Amino acid sequence: MTFSRQTYDVIIIGAGSIGAPTAFSMSKAGFKTLVIDKFHSVGQGSSKRAIGGVRATHSDPAKINLCLRSLEIFSTWKETYGTDIDWCKGGYSFIAYRQEEERALKNLLLVQKKLGLNIEWLDPHQLLNVIPDLNPSNLLGGTFSPDDGSASPLLATHAFYTEACALGAEFHFGETVQRIETHKGKIASVHTDKGDYSCAVVINAAGPWAKQIGELVSVDIPVEPDSHEAAITESVAHFLNPMIVDIRPSPGSSNFYFYQNRSGQIIFCITPSPNIWGFSVEETSEFLPMVARRMIEIMPRLQNIRVRRTWRGLYPMTPDGNPIVGWSPTVSGFLLAAGTCGQGFMLGPGLGELLTRAVLDTTTATDVKTLQSLSPEREFSNLEMLR
Amino acid sequence: MEDYRIHEHPILSIPTRKKIHFCWKNQQFEALENETISAALIAIGVKVFGHHHKDGSPQGIFCANGQCSQCMVIANGKPLKSCMEKIKEGMDIHPADGLIELPKITSIAALNPIREIDIPVLIIGGGPAGLSAAIELGKLGVEVILVDDKDRLGGKLVFQTHRFFGSTEAVYAGTRGIDIATRLEKDVLQYASVKIWHNSPALAVFSDKKIGISIDGSEYVLVTPQVLLVAAGAREKFLNFKGNTLPGVYGAGAFQTLVNRDLVKPAQKLFIVGGGNVGLIAGYHALQADIGVVGLVEALPECGGYKVHKDKLVRVGVPIYTSHTILSANGDGQVESITIAQVDKNFKPVVGTEKSFACDSVLIAVGLDPVNEFYSKGIQYGIPTFIAGDAEEIAEASAAIFTGKIRGREIAISLGHDTLDIPPAWIRTSEVLKSKPGHISHEGEPEYHEGVMPIIHCNQEIPCNPCSSLCPHGLIFIDSKDIRHIPTFLGDGYCCEACQQCIIGCPGLAITLVDYRKDALNPTISIPYEFSREPIKAKDTITAMDTEGKSFGEFEILSIISHPSNDHTSVVEISAPREIAAKIAGLRVQEKIISEPLDGYIPHIEDDTIVCRCERVMAGEIRELIRAGYRDFNEIKTVTRASMGSCGGKTCTAIIKRIFREERISDADVTDQTKRPLFMEIPLGLFAGIQNEEE
Repeated sequence: MTFSRQTYDVIIIGAGSIGAPTAFSMSKAGFKTLVIDKFHSVGQGSSKRAIGGVRATHSDPAKINLCLRSLEIFSTWKETYGTDIDWCKGGYSFIAYRQEEERALKNLLLVQKKLGLNIEWLDPHQLLNVIPDLNPSNLLGGTFSPDDGSASPLLATHAFYTEACALGAEFHFGETVQRIETHKGKIASVHTDKGDYSCAVVINAAGPWAKQIGELVSVDIPVEPDSHEAAITESVAHFLNPMIVDIRPSPGSSNFYFYQNRSGQIIFCITPSPNIWGFSVEETSEFLPMVARRMIEIMPRLQNIRVRRTWRGLYPMTPDGNPIVGWSPTVSGFLLAAGTCGQGFMLGPGLGELLTRAVLDTTTATDVKTLQSLSPEREFSNLEMLR
Repeated sequence: MEDYRIHEHPILSIPTRKKIHFCWKNQQFEALENETISAALIAIGVKVFGHHHKDGSPQGIFCANGQCSQCMVIANGKPLKSCMEKIKEGMDIHPADGLIELPKITSIAALNPIREIDIPVLIIGGGPAGLSAAIELGKLGVEVILVDDKDRLGGKLVFQTHRFFGSTEAVYAGTRGIDIATRLEKDVLQYASVKIWHNSPALAVFSDKKIGISIDGSEYVLVTPQVLLVAAGAREKFLNFKGNTLPGVYGAGAFQTLVNRDLVKPAQKLFIVGGGNVGLIAGYHALQADIGVVGLVEALPECGGYKVHKDKLVRVGVPIYTSHTILSANGDGQVESITIAQVDKNFKPVVGTEKSFACDSVLIAVGLDPVNEFYSKGIQYGIPTFIAGDAEEIAEASAAIFTGKIRGREIAISLGHDTLDIPPAWIRTSEVLKSKPGHISHEGEPEYHEGVMPIIHCNQEIPCNPCSSLCPHGLIFIDSKDIRHIPTFLGDGYCCEACQQCIIGCPGLAITLVDYRKDALNPTISIPYEFSREPIKAKDTITAMDTEGKSFGEFEILSIISHPSNDHTSVVEISAPREIAAKIAGLRVQEKIISEPLDGYIPHIEDDTIVCRCERVMAGEIRELIRAGYRDFNEIKTVTRASMGSCGGKTCTAIIKRIFREERISDADVTDQTKRPLFMEIPLGLFAGIQNEEE
């Protein structure tokens, strides 16, 4: 007995920071799109654990281009689609209290300026004008990129989902992909615990689970989850504009960052050092004391803000810190959008459009360069200057 | 200046405290030393402490327990939860209107390392269950840290002015809650192996098996216990109705805190929603504090609480409306009236049965939910974790005392005291103490109408036995094998010597004496009495009531007897015709006029039913999402921010789940929300090791 299977143009695995905007973009291009996610609603994997920073001020042109487009989409979302995603153009500031960081940031600045980014070095006086509450003692200055900003990962991912649904995209939640069938080296169908679906293209947007999805078609995707902890405070009156990033390593953390969201809450996070590999997202006792100390040292005013909630999320890490984007060389129709290394939220909207052009086969010259740089076939040997 | 302090109370002693001064909105007022800011504000009649940043709605005290932030004020430039902070001389206090300004810092405080402590047993919660467990462990010399978020041990016992039910031998039945708290506290303090940390809420159970605790708001520490006991009690359920966040609407716990701990009157005229023990007892507490109780609604056809608690209310003149619900709390900026209606079999309000009453407060007592999140985390993270009291199962404090004792013993056994065991009788007692109120039998006429007859107006099976040990001649009998049986008087009219011990010792105040000896046609009736409002004296007239609150008319008081052996229950004697003498069960203390409905009812058109008080999310919004197909609680959170506010979803989670059920979505189809620490909001500085925040 045979059942007639639902057939889709594109099946996206993962309804998160990448999957939701990609579904939106694919549907806009007219593709019959299905998104499958093992969680029970949109953005419930790593997306909702993201803190919401969006910047184009990277050092790698591929990421810069993708994020410039994301910035455009985030910043015009409300006027275009009517829903508020808490976009805030507060800028980013990488601060320096030691010469090492000053040097590193200034070197990077040269590259960033060459790539046309709106970013400047501010001396302590100028920086304190932008961030009056910074601890001035030993402050050497910092970068400021006013066009960067933040949005709510909860609201934004949900907004992409809502618009995608309006355009006809289907989302199957609470469904786990168990098999992906190929026929003569080409994607043929996707099989879950609840159904079977035919399609020509599968997009792997499974975040920290991307490696496991790749294994279903024997494609090795070097993505390993690294667990980061974050927390959020009560809401207070607006007093802080940019996202502040301190890249000084310190026992337990290689850097940390925080900003004030549109609800008035401070959201903060560290990059653990050494990395904490694995899928565990259980809160530990180490995070809050470690990060609190670092935050108060650079912004003493934060000592009285009340911490509300803490959590852990997974960064899908790649060996070189850059995402893995592009067609699988071994399985035709298997498109990777993986290993965003904790930047899935800011890359997502730009990446969704790039993937759409890849499927449409309408890639631009810039796209080709981006895809080359993020290719699954690359060597994974160059480390980004500043991740 | 208006004065909303309690200056006289039949049970509680009113301490003399030094007067201090403070400013509220630039005007000077007096406060009492050592009281909370919220108490000082309520004492001068303040009901609105600020306005919400989202919609400008007035914010009044709600939990009185440090969990929400509705009572936030700005004191000396610093935003503080007023229910948790003591007032200080010269404090300059302003309402918290809108988003608060984070105070600026002039100097950088020293950052200290976070202390880590290893201990065999950590107990979270110093209420009846936690204390009993600590005592049991203390007896064996087991090292224990007991943390409690209050400055006094005893949990909710410290608000209970009534005598406790249960078994005299096992759990101090017949003693007032506040006095049980004192006894347990005294008992636990004699064990050197038990360390008590007051004002020290547990904030999180972490996956590395450490528990984060804020000690007295001045130090954050991490405790690694070999065994964790969660005895964190219960939290109140809340209710959806229009106007449900108006200042003046609060839970029973908050009300009891303000009245019986802080000794202030947040209300003059109170309406109670919920006829379980908590609502009934809170009503009685209100009356003792000279607060009028306009009425009580209960949606079920019968009150769920002990009948003797209900009787205490109705016979002093509080009308109870069963099969009724609250439709709305009404008022401009604060509660001015309540509208209620009868409900049909499906608990839907019946049109045309609406009634409104003038009142300034609405007390919600619609049940309790266990505070068991530390337990779930402890188990999840592989810490040997035990649970006791309301955190495990909602029951009376007497049951909590006993399960705490059992858990204490179990923990000791798990730590290697393996010569101990749990006597089967303990298990049996704990089951009996947990039992829900049982069968109600008809209150019959006494057999004899001569001599002296104690009349037992207690006709519901509840676990309670103090009366059986109060009679010096052992004439009141309860089968000691099952103390849930109704007590019976064993004698005829010539056995009782009218010592009145049963009258003043019955926790339900449900025993009267009828003395036929002087005048068989107009016998003397002795009735327990626990009020000090408008002090009564001999020759006054007073209205006698039956168990159901029916009046027998006015009678002259013959005498008022206070027993030196007894704490605060007096006996009022009246004489009445023999036909009604045995039916008289109590005395009206509240005039009828307070409970009269208003002419015509007050409709509440605006749909302002709030589900999430912290983020101001409406019930309508949630319902709309559920109807649109939302089944993941997390998605509702994402879109509305419900449960993401300062209380961490403690109030709205249960309500949202209830809306799902109202929409006929089964629990199995709903994905529960992810629960994350912290249990309570704490300043970032504490985590950085900034100690002693005091200026």
